[in-house]
Amino acid sequence: MTKEGFWSRAFHLYYDGFRSMTLGKTLWAVILIKLFIIFVVLKIFFFPNFLSSHAEKGGEADFVATELIKRTH
Amino acid sequence: MQNILLNIDAGTIDWSRAQFALTAIYHWLFVPLTLGLALIMGICETIYYKKLRAAESTQTVGFWKETSKFWQRLFGINFAMGVATGIILEFEFGTNWSNYSWLVGDIFGAPLAVEGIVAFFMESTFVAVMFFGWKKVSAGFHLASTWLTGIGATLSAWWILVANAWMQNPVGCEFNPDTMRNEMTSFADVALSSSAVDKFLHTVISAWIIGAVFVVAVSCWYLLKKRHTELAVKSIRIAVVVGIIAALGAAFTGHISGQDVAKTQPMKLAAMEALYNGGTDQGLTAIALVNPICQPDYANEESAPLKVEMPYFLSLMATNSIHGYVPGINDILNGYTRPDGTREPSADEKIARGKQAIAALQAYRLAKAEGASDSILTAQLSIFNENKDYFGYGYVTDKSQLVPPIGLNFWAFRTMVGVGCLLILFFGLVLMLAFKIPFFSVFTRRLLSAIGLMDEAHADVHGATRMPVWLYWAAIIMVPLAYIASESGWLVAELGRQPWTIQDMLPTWAAVSDLQAGSVALTFILFLGLFTAMLGIEISIMLKQIKKGPKES
Repeated sequence: MTKEGFWSRAFHLYYDGFRSMTLGKTLWAVILIKLFIIFVVLKIFFFPNFLSSHAEKGGEADFVATELIKRTH
Repeated sequence: MQNILLNIDAGTIDWSRAQFALTAIYHWLFVPLTLGLALIMGICETIYYKKLRAAESTQTVGFWKETSKFWQRLFGINFAMGVATGIILEFEFGTNWSNYSWLVGDIFGAPLAVEGIVAFFMESTFVAVMFFGWKKVSAGFHLASTWLTGIGATLSAWWILVANAWMQNPVGCEFNPDTMRNEMTSFADVALSSSAVDKFLHTVISAWIIGAVFVVAVSCWYLLKKRHTELAVKSIRIAVVVGIIAALGAAFTGHISGQDVAKTQPMKLAAMEALYNGGTDQGLTAIALVNPICQPDYANEESAPLKVEMPYFLSLMATNSIHGYVPGINDILNGYTRPDGTREPSADEKIARGKQAIAALQAYRLAKAEGASDSILTAQLSIFNENKDYFGYGYVTDKSQLVPPIGLNFWAFRTMVGVGCLLILFFGLVLMLAFKIPFFSVFTRRLLSAIGLMDEAHADVHGATRMPVWLYWAAIIMVPLAYIASESGWLVAELGRQPWTIQDMLPTWAAVSDLQAGSVALTFILFLGLFTAMLGIEISIMLKQIKKGPKES
């Protein structure tokens, strides 16, 4: 019987682990739904990067400087 | 007087602050239990490993294996529910706090990048080995993976706390007026500043308390139900040792942290103590009638009404001398002279210098854009550098803006300390009853018996199963109390530094993005719904697994 290589053993660790999950399946479902909400719904629709959408590319420093100086008045 | 509750719906700044607070408070429900359970499950598995190596009976080895797996399962639920909740804070930086985000980008970049790498590689690798590897890897490698999971989580916390500590005590950086960013000059100064080290120790040690209380409470519930008695008793013995060490450690590191606050954020200390007028020989306020909602009339009152204090204690704790000088809110606003003769400028002076710094920055950038000579640029930079320590004060229009909400700080601090003391008492009591400690255990039992809190028949008996029933219930009640104390600690840390997003450098109203208040309010409400649902799911899964209990070996 030949000894399994590192990558093969690592693969089987994850493969067998995921296959035999019970509670883990529920937890993974919760994690995936949460990640979808966070990265797809919240990030794209509700949390755009303010500077990327308001300042010219490369002009962020000028934009922030203008904002900061403007707010003293 | 400023009404703090009314300000919540006053505009973009307050909605953004409320949203950040909501996210951080929710995120912090998961983190301490992860860090605390990581330690306890590591100890359980170490015992299992030692029993295995010592070739003890199959039953003993099996018991410790199942005990380790049980606490790891509860750790896994909490870990899964908490994962990625902190990322929302980073989204909020980019959207709601864009000026702040740009200014700190270089400082935060390094710690957060390290945190990301450590969190991803260490936690995702070793968590998988911990859960999937029982039959796949050697017992030694599995044990190492369990500990490395906890160490990975703790290191992640380190970098986040480094970033937070830098906001409270910005060191190891230089502001670049061309890029408008703070650039790191010393990674070691940022990562190992006194504020970062103190904050890390106090926060992580307090997280161990949450883990210990949780384990004691779950175990006590089993004892109440007369189920899994052996697991419960042995888990209590592990958790109570962790708990008492952590509770005393949190008190000590809290004191060290307080001394750091006295040096770097005296206004926070003054707000925590409702110390309107300071001086030498200051007493520590035990209790006082401070309105938690409305800002007190600190400018006209000598001190908070009905104040009960411990003489000299504040001076002693802040300066290591009973005669030490501790400035109050009015001293800080009006300026004061320290015992070493150095003078702290008044708020008016700082505001004037802050305005000079901002004007010099504007002139420098304008001159540079127009291609002015080096001598003009150097002259403007020189004015800027002379005044840049007070840059943020240039945005202050009324010096009352520099005073954090006193009532909330005062009561949040007392909640944290009060529950902390209660936890020391609780763990001390459980320790005496769970172990046979010469003299102390019998004394505790007889004392409890004498005051009617323990059945006389149990007064001379040792063993956690002999704990009185009320103490089982007390353990369960201590879980929400410990969380309240832990969150209160963060309230003190974050409310106390108001109005600064970066101490003395950037107040909230300069840091916030120019957004519609309604859009921030909408995401606040969305988060409230999402977080409440997630918390409900976690509690439901956790309770179900606790009811199910460990697999009997």
